[in-house]
Amino acid sequence: MAVSTTDNYILGLYDDEDVLMEAVRTVRKQGVMIEEVYSPFPIHGLDEALGYTRSRLPIAAFLFGILGTTLALTMQIYMMGVDWPMIIGGKDFVALPSFIPVTFELTVLLSALGMVATFLIVSNLKPYGRPRIYDLRSTDNLHVMAINLRSNRLNPAQIKDVLATTQAVEINEKSFDLV
Amino acid sequence: MHIGAPVREPLVTGGKTIKDVTHDISRHVEATPNPRWLLAMAVSIALLAAGTYAVFRTVWDGIGMWGLNKTVGWAWDITNFVWWVGIGHAGTLISAVLLLFRQKWRTSINRAAEAMTIFAVICAAQFPILHMGRPWLGAYWALPLPNTFGSLWVNFNSPLLWDVFAISTYFTVSLVFWYIGLVPDFATIRDRAKGTISRAVYGALSLGWTGGAKTWQRYETVSLVLAGLATPLVLSVHTIVSFDFATSVIPGWHTTIFPPYFVAGAIFSGFAMVLTLMIITRKVYKLEDYITMSHIELMNIVIIITGSIVGIAYITEFFVAWYSGVEYEQYAFINRATGPYWWAYWSMMTCNVISPQLFWFKKIRTSIVATFILSIVVNIGMWFERFVIIVTSLHRDYLPSSWAMFSPTIYDVGVYLFTFGLFFTLFFLFAKFFPVINMAEVKSVLKSSSSTEQINR
Repeated sequence: MAVSTTDNYILGLYDDEDVLMEAVRTVRKQGVMIEEVYSPFPIHGLDEALGYTRSRLPIAAFLFGILGTTLALTMQIYMMGVDWPMIIGGKDFVALPSFIPVTFELTVLLSALGMVATFLIVSNLKPYGRPRIYDLRSTDNLHVMAINLRSNRLNPAQIKDVLATTQAVEINEKSFDLV
Repeated sequence: MHIGAPVREPLVTGGKTIKDVTHDISRHVEATPNPRWLLAMAVSIALLAAGTYAVFRTVWDGIGMWGLNKTVGWAWDITNFVWWVGIGHAGTLISAVLLLFRQKWRTSINRAAEAMTIFAVICAAQFPILHMGRPWLGAYWALPLPNTFGSLWVNFNSPLLWDVFAISTYFTVSLVFWYIGLVPDFATIRDRAKGTISRAVYGALSLGWTGGAKTWQRYETVSLVLAGLATPLVLSVHTIVSFDFATSVIPGWHTTIFPPYFVAGAIFSGFAMVLTLMIITRKVYKLEDYITMSHIELMNIVIIITGSIVGIAYITEFFVAWYSGVEYEQYAFINRATGPYWWAYWSMMTCNVISPQLFWFKKIRTSIVATFILSIVVNIGMWFERFVIIVTSLHRDYLPSSWAMFSPTIYDVGVYLFTFGLFFTLFFLFAKFFPVINMAEVKSVLKSSSSTEQINR
């Protein structure tokens, strides 16, 4: 068999999120590796059912936020206190309370932009992206469970048998050419 | 799965399925523009074009074209700026604060409200930029850029500078929040698209989104953290706007009540503008099953609350002016109510304090016509509030020989109309080419809180 030229998938399609959740648990219990589940909307608990660990994006947000705080304070202290000190309203050169609003805003700005940029990069989201579409209805009303045959020891017929027990509305095959 | 009071009204009515949600929202993006939309667009563009002439003259001949004088140096420009920024508070409040409080009813209205926020902030930004007189040099006055005067930096002790940072951060974060929410819906439209152009455009806009469970998990994390960041941000923006006044020593401005009072006023006017736009949108696009009467009623309740806070703030200001024993402060307030600008003061009081109280009657807050009219009345009142605060405090200068009145010129009016043209042009473009309701989020609450459940089972 010319295994190397294509990526072969078995797809289980579901029309209800609760049925899907149950199906994910059953399929995994039967020893079938699920590559990914594609859904039209977020489903709470699906990440845990698939065995995904928690996202570490909040850590990125925190680090970018700290960077924003540091940059904002450094910039203001340098400009107002070191580079060209001026007495304004009888305040100290480094009038820290006056610097808080800008510091807050830059903290929020860098935290938000940094986290979102991280999210786009790690999720491989880009305007010129050519994603694999397993089924066009996965952005409409169906949840698509994609099972890559290469990462499974069971043969296609066995996997289909497992899926058949899970109230899947359709069970399809799909191949993608490997470039 | 869902635990809630059984008596709670469904969020989506009409027994909609997930497929119906996709169809009902996407079809407006896919349809060819109808004559009503073209007419609305033509009117907005005409307004924008007429306003552009006023903007051109303001920039070409200088801000002397406006009605400002030596005493009243801030008038319509700052009034309009604060008014638009205030309106721009509802979107992020709905999507961020209501997300943190797990208010699922936000899902039908957050998309359009956020779009409105972004457009309102764009309109607001026109006024300080034009008031610079020479906007092409403005970047040096507003941003800490290295320059040949030293470098002579901007003044970080000034609330006007804080405003620059607050508004631009608010705009950027709101835009990012809005766009991230749009990505899954763009993917839906991409996958339904028939034409090559629309497939390419929505394909690029959707950033290659496929809706994998890992991506959704990250998406939800990003939404939650952005909501957590945007909540203090939205409160900070109008707080800082109010500092423009509160840190000065003008009687009527120099009060500590300003930050909370401005924030409440901003939410008040923002919700009113959301209602004005949503009532039109739901009617034109037949979205009555998504933006239901209970959505309108809940927004009206927010209007009663914030309107009452604003009313209490007006009365408190008056009381404190008397109780402080400072005769200048007392004069400023008596002059507001009984001086030459009494009509502006009493328009403000009627529109902002009395009219929202009508929403205590269930008949009125569940009436589309009454809500639509009152939502416009509220925004008229909020415009007068800013006009009263700014002009009545300035027109009585420290020296009676400097006392003056303000009257707007046609260019003041023209620049204001320019922002209306800009706002509605952007909003109509949004309503045509973007999904006006967040399909993915509505789908996620459909099962737990719609009337489909009772029909299917």
